[in-house]
Amino acid sequence: MSGWASHLVIAPIVVPLAVAAAMLLFDERRRWLKRALGLGASVALLGISLALLGAVTGPDAKPLVYLLGNWSAPFGIVLVADRLSALMLVLTSILGLATVIYALARWDRSGPRFHALFLLLLMGVNGAFLTGDIFNLFVFFEVLLAASYGLVLHGSGVIRTRAGLHYVAINVATSLLFLIGVSLIYGVTGTLNMADLATRIPLVPANDLMLLEGGAAILGIAFLVKAAMWPLCFWLPPTYAAAAPPAAALFAIMSKVGVYVILRLSSLFFGHEAGAAAGFADNWLMIGGVATIAYGIIGILSSQTLTRVAGHYLLISSGTLLAAIGTGSVAVWAAALFYMVSSTLAVAAFYLLIEPVERGDGDAAAPATTEPVFEDEYVGVFDEEEDEIGIAIPATIAILGVGFICCSLLLSGLPPLSGFIAKFAIIDALLRLDGGISTMMWTLIGLIILSGLAVLVTMTRAGIDLLWTPTERRQSQLGITEAMPIALLLAACFALMVQAGPAMRYMEATANALGHGHVYSSAVLAAPRAGRQAATP
Amino acid sequence: MEIVLALGIGIFTASGIWLLFRPRTFQVIIGLCLLSYAVNLFILAMGRLRMDAPPIIDKGAPVDPAQFADPLPQALVLTAIVISFATTALLLVVLLASRGLTGTDHVDGEERDP
Repeated sequence: MSGWASHLVIAPIVVPLAVAAAMLLFDERRRWLKRALGLGASVALLGISLALLGAVTGPDAKPLVYLLGNWSAPFGIVLVADRLSALMLVLTSILGLATVIYALARWDRSGPRFHALFLLLLMGVNGAFLTGDIFNLFVFFEVLLAASYGLVLHGSGVIRTRAGLHYVAINVATSLLFLIGVSLIYGVTGTLNMADLATRIPLVPANDLMLLEGGAAILGIAFLVKAAMWPLCFWLPPTYAAAAPPAAALFAIMSKVGVYVILRLSSLFFGHEAGAAAGFADNWLMIGGVATIAYGIIGILSSQTLTRVAGHYLLISSGTLLAAIGTGSVAVWAAALFYMVSSTLAVAAFYLLIEPVERGDGDAAAPATTEPVFEDEYVGVFDEEEDEIGIAIPATIAILGVGFICCSLLLSGLPPLSGFIAKFAIIDALLRLDGGISTMMWTLIGLIILSGLAVLVTMTRAGIDLLWTPTERRQSQLGITEAMPIALLLAACFALMVQAGPAMRYMEATANALGHGHVYSSAVLAAPRAGRQAATP
Repeated sequence: MEIVLALGIGIFTASGIWLLFRPRTFQVIIGLCLLSYAVNLFILAMGRLRMDAPPIIDKGAPVDPAQFADPLPQALVLTAIVISFATTALLLVVLLASRGLTGTDHVDGEERDP
């Protein structure tokens, strides 16, 4: 890596920032220019993250370390791209590309500055995946939260404002917890660099350990709110249901940011090499994860609209991931990573599919509905633009049906799609855990299977009502710009199914790297400054 | 000095949390402001309390870290102040929009029946 290639690590942050800033120079009348910029930036991000994925894959590939301002770690802030970061970046950019195409259909017109906010959200998410410093992580969290506030409110309306108010207040309060956690950890260890922290935590004296664990627990709560662990999850379904579909689909990655940080920090700080603090909070993650799945199952069965179903599915998926992280086993982590990719793509596709499926359904909606699906959706915003849907494609209902069936199979984890492989891998890894299978594990396995059944029941009920039952309703039209992103996301899931072997091997190598935190730490701390020889200790 | 700071943080936090659970949006915002003051003081305290010590090292002179205050928490507090100021401003906008759209300043956007 030399010359321009060494700056590839920072590109996922700089590109969206620069393009979003440039967009502010034009007003909303130059919509096509903004669309072209947004689309171009999303394609560029996909290319960059695939290049990064290529650069960190390989038998002897090390994490790429980028020293900001050429200050050596731990004194300066570092960006680190390892296998896990690269995987998350690729996932984010696929979601970003799909949602920006979908937004072109009409959603970017329902309020100002959609594309700029969208790119800033991508910048915050990418930054959170790349940073190697916990205070810098706070800054990127704030960037992505600030952009998400704008996107939740995008399109305006009473429901969105009401949900947005709760969302903003909860996240501002959570950010304060984040700061308390960070400063406690700093007070005990005297560093904020993740790699440096990983080497110092085993050396913390026993009487400071409680303070450190308290700080880590408060920090963890901030991420668990983001990842929506029960009982910190009540904000998620109403907020995501109120957001515009492309925004909601992109928000699917935001709860995964919380899961990512939990996985990264717990493996780095409290992994097997952490001395007295090893395994801290694993039990809590396990119990919280199981409770989240249980709550999600109840929620999904009682959901009356599809957006709520998707919101509660996100809870189930977060719960499964948190419980899997809580096992502390590398094999389970690998399966959980596969599950994370598959379930995020599937739920994003589902969020995009909901609106075309329910469109033209008038005021009748999902079964046993007592409230209208979208109260404010069509008020004022699209009245004259209803015919501007783009090129409509024929056989709409058949295409929607196929998409809906694929989503149902993926979400409920039935064969043959990647959702099944993911769940199978998790359960298989749980059954092979050392030291027998505890009652907790049996509960987890039972709940994972039960959650699939609950999703299937709900999806079948909704599918029969919305797509199968002949009704008088107006034939809905599906635009090509709406079908394409759904097809893109589902195709990514199909690719994951066909290439399950190589994908699973990548996940295993990723989880293995997480299990050996010292590789990450030594790569960061020994990173040579540009223009100097490698440090010789 | 420690006791004054600890009391200050405690009073700010207690008042902030009490206000956060009030039903009016304006009370919630003031509560979040007070909480962020408490957190800023807390960050400063985590860098150890020092009186009359500069955070900046003289160039050239031999450095004795014991003579200086820790500059990092000061930088963190500065960042935290800017960010919480910006998010509070944004929350104010949402508050006004919510008041305008729903006609009430209740946090749920509707009055509870008494």
